[in-house]
Amino acid sequence: MFKTFKIGGVHPEANKLSAANAIVSAQLPKTAIISLAQHIGAPANAVVQKGDKVKVGQLIGEANGFVSANIHSSVSGTVSKVDLAVDVAGFKKPAVFIDVEGDEWLETIDRTDTLVEEIKDDAKTIVGKIKDAGIVGMGGATFPAHVKLAIPEGKKADFLIINGVECEPYLTADHRLMLEKSRELIVGVKILMKAIGVEKAYIGIEANKPDAISKLTELCQKEQGIEVVPLKLKYPQGGEKQLINAVSGREVPSGKLPIDAGAVVQNVGTAFAVYEAVQKNKPLIERIVTVTGDTVATPSNFRARIGTPVAELIAAAGGDVEKSGKIISGGPMMGKAMANLESTVTKGTSGILMLNEEKAMRPEAGPCIRCAKCVDACPMGLEPYLLMQYSQRQMWAEDEANHIMDCIECGCCIFSCPAKRPILDYVRLGKNTVGKIIRSRKQ
Amino acid sequence: MGQLVVSPSPHTRSSVSTPSLMYGVIAALLPALAVSIYYFGIGSLIVTLTSVASCVLFEYLIQKFLLKQQPTLSDGSAILTGLLLAFNLPSNLPIGIIIVGAAFAIGVGKMAFGGLGQNLFNPALAGRVFLLISFPVQMTTWPVPKGFGTNYIDAETGATALNMLKNHFGTLPGNTEMLLGQMGGSLGEVSAIALLIGFAFLLFRRIITWHIPVTIFATVFVFQGILYLADPVQFASPVAHLLAGGLMLGAIFMATDYVTSPMSICGKVVYAIGIGVITVVIRNFGSFPEGMSFAILIMNAVTPLINTYIKPKRFGEVK
Amino acid sequence: MEIVLYSVIALGLLGLVLAAVLYVVAQKFKVQEDPRIDEIVALLPGANCGGCGYPGCRGLASAFVSATDISGLKCPASSAETMKKIGAILGQEVVESEPKIAVVRCNGSCQNRPKVNRYDGAQSCAFAATLFAGDTNCSFGCLGHGDCVAACRFDAISINPETGLPVVDESKCVACGACVKACPKGIIELRNRGKKDRRLFVSCVNKDKGAVARKACTAACIGCGKCTKVCAFDAITVENNVAYIDFEKCKMCRKCAAECPTGAIHEVNFPPRPPKAEATEEKPVQTNA
Repeated sequence: MFKTFKIGGVHPEANKLSAANAIVSAQLPKTAIISLAQHIGAPANAVVQKGDKVKVGQLIGEANGFVSANIHSSVSGTVSKVDLAVDVAGFKKPAVFIDVEGDEWLETIDRTDTLVEEIKDDAKTIVGKIKDAGIVGMGGATFPAHVKLAIPEGKKADFLIINGVECEPYLTADHRLMLEKSRELIVGVKILMKAIGVEKAYIGIEANKPDAISKLTELCQKEQGIEVVPLKLKYPQGGEKQLINAVSGREVPSGKLPIDAGAVVQNVGTAFAVYEAVQKNKPLIERIVTVTGDTVATPSNFRARIGTPVAELIAAAGGDVEKSGKIISGGPMMGKAMANLESTVTKGTSGILMLNEEKAMRPEAGPCIRCAKCVDACPMGLEPYLLMQYSQRQMWAEDEANHIMDCIECGCCIFSCPAKRPILDYVRLGKNTVGKIIRSRKQ
Repeated sequence: MGQLVVSPSPHTRSSVSTPSLMYGVIAALLPALAVSIYYFGIGSLIVTLTSVASCVLFEYLIQKFLLKQQPTLSDGSAILTGLLLAFNLPSNLPIGIIIVGAAFAIGVGKMAFGGLGQNLFNPALAGRVFLLISFPVQMTTWPVPKGFGTNYIDAETGATALNMLKNHFGTLPGNTEMLLGQMGGSLGEVSAIALLIGFAFLLFRRIITWHIPVTIFATVFVFQGILYLADPVQFASPVAHLLAGGLMLGAIFMATDYVTSPMSICGKVVYAIGIGVITVVIRNFGSFPEGMSFAILIMNAVTPLINTYIKPKRFGEVK
Repeated sequence: MEIVLYSVIALGLLGLVLAAVLYVVAQKFKVQEDPRIDEIVALLPGANCGGCGYPGCRGLASAFVSATDISGLKCPASSAETMKKIGAILGQEVVESEPKIAVVRCNGSCQNRPKVNRYDGAQSCAFAATLFAGDTNCSFGCLGHGDCVAACRFDAISINPETGLPVVDESKCVACGACVKACPKGIIELRNRGKKDRRLFVSCVNKDKGAVARKACTAACIGCGKCTKVCAFDAITVENNVAYIDFEKCKMCRKCAAECPTGAIHEVNFPPRPPKAEATEEKPVQTNA
């Protein structure tokens, strides 16, 4: 019997169109636009200027504070300008524009495919290397990885959970990575275990990836303390709190962090990036991006340099922008709809999903019939219909009393709503407002 | 290039919609309707069609001319109300009375509260109880099941099983007859087996959860069982009570009405226990032989209170 | 007959007893309140707009009564006359302040600011502002979902369906500031109504560089600074690529509006310019504030 989390959840159609297609390297862009605000937290400070020559792997943005991350050049060439560039939502963020010339890497980076299994560094050095390499959560949340690995004093991690769930429909980047880089991944897991000082690690994988489960299970038999946990298909199993619950049965207390339940969660993509950073000295300059959807001729998994224009990846996969009504950065449940095609690949771009005109528009909303499907679907055990009504009436105190801040914005409520009501829109609005109220109260 | 659509996530929806749920419930009611026509003849069909047609008509008229809204008949909720109202009526009820009942169910029971999703009471039950109080004689003369050829108005009438249980007369139909529906009663409530088939369909399609019906069955069984064990002469057996009257219909189709039942699982259980207890109390100690509709309406009124005080279990709740 | 008599007597007695109980309770639990509060509440508009910073008109009235110095308190929606009356009730002098009006600082109509995507979500500016930069290339301009309209208790602001922008009704606006708080983009500002209701203001808040702003919207302020040079009163400052006219210093000479290359400076309720000046070419007199 497969494990899963206890409360709520939904079953969207998987649509893993690109699951069988191996990862291919995307072409180098002509101009790379590398955003300095790719992570949660303060944007990095640019350390290069117009006219500077940079090599692949060279530091171009320095972390600005503890919750921030370094940015490295993913290409070699000349910095044409340091200016604002639009992100997927259309907001202008600082970025470094580099005209690509050749593909010259820093000599310190080991570019060979040889597997380096022996972990020489101690925990402190590992975390330092991860921080230097600018690694962030690769599942899409882009939270700086070194912050999660720095266990606060007085707290203790009991185990590490590696998130190979990929419960978002359509996306296959993590799936392909687990198949093609299994050995490196296992080394990455061991490095992470050493970094936080735990003896036990679980790799959670959903049952719709039997090939990845069997391959990793086979490799783990030789390893001490790493266990593959097959999970029942259910969205949002890849959510941190849900995954901890599914794998260990523990619940992260409301308003607390995973470490309070003794767990540290990292994505498989992050584990692989950690392997490359620690063993190969390679900073985070590329990632796997799934380009998929109805209007894509060949759904593909690309290894793309950070800063590659989204439009180039779409063209490479034969995506038809004309026929698409909506293009999403990420998956259909939590991804962001793109306001334009001028943005570039960032550390958190797990996929580019193109939907046709028919699927682009939301269905018309009807009156709430109080069917309680949103209540049953909510993985946090909230009452979304109620939170929506409170937010619409601007009753923020009631929103807070009904634990709106627990919402993980997974979208199960709106997915399951038979009346197609925009529940989460208003819950988000309430969450933003209540968050502001709470912050102002603390000051 | 066509402009891209920007909308908040999620970008995909389940295929379940309000109409699909409503038509699902309607489909689940069809076996019981078929059995009813088999036992009560053409009268069943006339009553059902009149009720559905007048409910739909009243909803259309009220939305169009009174509220000046776009009529929303396609969601199927008016059809469902009409069907459920008919199921609670005797199969020889004059057409005029049915129309009055439908007008009350839709006009007062539903639209007066603001339409779909806003009503406090189950509209069909509100209509039924209104008719029961206004036309007590017509509403309590039930035709005897005489097969398909039964006349509409001039049907031979007799007592229901609950009447017999209450007043200790006549021979109760056997359990098999009661299970199949060969007994007097409202046209849709007689056949337990057809209603249970509908229940299975609702569960299979995930339209309702099992909590409310099963809790009602269990509560009635246990509570009536205690009474029966205490005094088997005065009180009837729990099995007879489960099969007789509108318990099955009420528990499976009326108590589970989305709008008027609580939102959380725990609340649903409390609500169902309330319905079970009140039903048994009315059936055994009240002046009416049947208590299901009153029990549901009373608990409908308690639903907002249950929603306020009984919350779903939260993830990571800190006590 | 007897039944009727008994009923009347019984009900009458019941009524008497209950009335007595009510009277006693009302006396016992009477709340002593300054009668001036009610007097002031009667003078206030009663819209409970919150523009004064107190929870509703009653909140402001009690603040008036309990304050020793009322100079810091003001109902923005009331006329100077009303304020004088309130002052009279309290026996204090009221300092008159310049009347104000809400001004929408965006002229990104559908024509000036082409749409680049389609929004399909909750009709709320506050929410849309967190989701994306807007359905045009300007990430500072009006989103057009009408949070300001919903916030206005005086029905003084509405969305013009042609331009998609909010329009303030001068006769109804009382400058309570509810729309200013509601706008997530900070477009609406309270400015002095001005003599003869004449106003001059920069109708743009775009902080992008000139070329970028101009590309997104033909009516954008590009921060060129021409207006600062012609202004003889030092009333205009350009900060973050956008000009701002200080209404305390502005003398309404309108030189800046004539100079502005994009027409971002709006003049309201001025008489038409004399035709002799060369600056008459396509400088439409904007009437929407």
